[in-house]
Amino acid sequence: MLFPPKPSPTTPPRVVVTGAGIVTALGLGWKLNAEGFRAGRRAFRPVTHFDVSRQRVKIAAEIDLPENFPTTKLSAHQLNRLDRSGKMLLLAALEAWQQAGWEISENLPLVLGTTAGGMTLGEAYYRQAIQTPQHHRGQATRSIQYQAQVQARAVFDALGCSGPTTIISNACASGGNAIGHAFEMIRSGQAERVLAGGYDAVGELVFAGFDSLQALSPTMCRPFDAQRDGLALGEGAAILNLETLDGARRRGAEILGEVIGYATAIDQHHLTQPQPQGNTTLNVMRQACEVAKISPAEVDYINAHGTGTVLNDASEALAISEWAGARAATLPVSSTKASIGHLLGGAGAVEAVVSLMTLREQWLPPEIEFETPDAACKFFIVQKPQDAKMNVVLSNSFGFGGVNAALIFRRWA
Amino acid sequence: MSKIFVAGIGAVSPAGWNVAALRAALEKNEPLPMQTLARPGWEKSLNVRLVPVPATRLEFLAHPRLRRSSPITHYAAAASLEALAGLRANPEAKNLRLGVIACLQSGCVQYSCRFYDETLKNPATASPLVFPETVHAAPTSHVAALLENVALAQTLVGDPSIFLQGVALGAQWLAENRVDAALIFGADETNWIIADAFAHLDRRAVATAGAGAVCLCRDEKFSNGVELAAITDAHVFSARQNRTQAAQAMRAQLGNISAGEMLCDGLGVSPRADAAEQAAFSDCTNPRVSPKKIFGEGMMAAAAWQCVAACDAVAEKKSASASVSLVGSNQQAIGARFVRTEFGLSAVPAKGNIAP
Repeated sequence: MLFPPKPSPTTPPRVVVTGAGIVTALGLGWKLNAEGFRAGRRAFRPVTHFDVSRQRVKIAAEIDLPENFPTTKLSAHQLNRLDRSGKMLLLAALEAWQQAGWEISENLPLVLGTTAGGMTLGEAYYRQAIQTPQHHRGQATRSIQYQAQVQARAVFDALGCSGPTTIISNACASGGNAIGHAFEMIRSGQAERVLAGGYDAVGELVFAGFDSLQALSPTMCRPFDAQRDGLALGEGAAILNLETLDGARRRGAEILGEVIGYATAIDQHHLTQPQPQGNTTLNVMRQACEVAKISPAEVDYINAHGTGTVLNDASEALAISEWAGARAATLPVSSTKASIGHLLGGAGAVEAVVSLMTLREQWLPPEIEFETPDAACKFFIVQKPQDAKMNVVLSNSFGFGGVNAALIFRRWA
Repeated sequence: MSKIFVAGIGAVSPAGWNVAALRAALEKNEPLPMQTLARPGWEKSLNVRLVPVPATRLEFLAHPRLRRSSPITHYAAAASLEALAGLRANPEAKNLRLGVIACLQSGCVQYSCRFYDETLKNPATASPLVFPETVHAAPTSHVAALLENVALAQTLVGDPSIFLQGVALGAQWLAENRVDAALIFGADETNWIIADAFAHLDRRAVATAGAGAVCLCRDEKFSNGVELAAITDAHVFSARQNRTQAAQAMRAQLGNISAGEMLCDGLGVSPRADAAEQAAFSDCTNPRVSPKKIFGEGMMAAAAWQCVAACDAVAEKKSASASVSLVGSNQQAIGARFVRTEFGLSAVPAKGNIAP
């Protein structure tokens, strides 16, 4: 029963990650992405999926989907119905699933974060309805397939599983919230394992939206740089297999890392702007540390939300500096949005996988085009590829509407 | 697990801007009159049921955050304020930490269509004021700003069954003492494209709009005499369990519906869409309330109206308990039961039609 639920365990179980799948413009899968992030490679190109000739900005970090899709339990017809975002989600899920080695289940919770779901199908519906109003072919299918829960169902059908699906749409915090929600489900005893992540594709409406706000950089995305002038959009997906440590040990599974902290709160300052002093960000970072039972001094790297917009980075920089205190002077921080752009609902999940990569492979992802730090940065920005000994990483995610999320991961050795 | 109570309910529907209007329409048990919307490129218009324009300007629209907000935010805000009215008027509840859980299916379609239309015509002149309002999290954010003391907020999307997932999440936040009251609202708005989509899927469906809200609390002294008794598991639609089977599994887990207990179901006017739920409750001869038959297909709003109607029937002593059946369109089936509390028995004056 969802209510009353099973009683929570007196001691929350430890939560570990045993599978991770990632799809970004740097490539498909852990290996290509780890190489790209480690080198600080940038994956932007002129937008090809829709017309940007009348837009102010014309680049994004687009993904090339494979021509030959991996074989799954989906029929060719089912696969063809998925839009780009659904296919990215599926690719990430397949990689994570294969890595974790989970058995097929009829009661596997799936928690996803997305802002747009199958929005490109919604856009196609609108264009057809306006441009050829008497032509109805495909409209009924689009009206169903654009819904995120239908994309989630496709993941289950591809894997041969089923289970309750929760779709969180807290704008750009969605992916971080999805993983955090899954973490809390396991800690509260509601589930022993959860598949969680986030995804979004670059679509015309969203691209035009950020361009209309003049939030897109006309030059280059440089998070926390004093000369920064906006964000760059990207697309992608990431999925994590979360389970109890006991369960993973029983299976003899390879553990990629441990989730030790999560917190979320809402900043009520403005629909699109953070509270300038970063109060809510500061609170969620502190609360996540309380859950993890660590101090800021124990955090070895922060994968910042760092969009590259003037307001976000100033607010986050103040929050990180205040939170870190004396630790700030030696605290490495970077935003991997400099490499792959802002993945919106997918950002928090992709950055969670990047955090796991840094812990597992012991390197820091640089922002290679970074030049001059913003005055609010009391910490240092990783500018060159470098190895580093790391035990704990914190990842921030914030969204339009004000939801903030912080996740903390620990190295598994 | 501590007990969870209902502190208040709110509703905005084609019947009007409060629960009383919803209740009156349900009691009358006649489909509300329809309006029409023009569809670009078609001579024939689309039938819908729209939320009436309020007789006077809504006070909360004076809040700076709601100045440019979309209709879905207005519906959500009005339903939320009504659900919280009792708590906000109670000095003992002044500093309660609130959690807000928003449940949406289509979300902010009016502004999304408007912004995308502007983009197609000329992206250089697409309005930066409209775009942020297209985000699913916008109504949640505005409602949180309006209520001020919000500690946690979450926006869930899915088919209408997720409204009860939202209620379960609110109950969990309360049980874990993360908040002192949890407001769950379900809202959706309509326009020609939503009506057009329903026309493709089911010609009998009449698109409608609105919101419903339920406020939960842990402390019985803040309750309206209604207790959350149970929410079933989410019985998902899958390759191995179709919608009919999922509805039956939900019904089985909901258990026997006692004599006189009210059933707030999701039946509308479409035999095909209703078949799974109809079959699952074929043996049920209990009094029923079916908001979709009166108002139309309101997506998440309709799911919320079902829960509001159930809580209202118990609070108003029309039934000692009420069950809710949410058989979603493409995700899962979930049921719930609300019962009258001891406190409610003494605090609320009796009215007619009390179930034995």
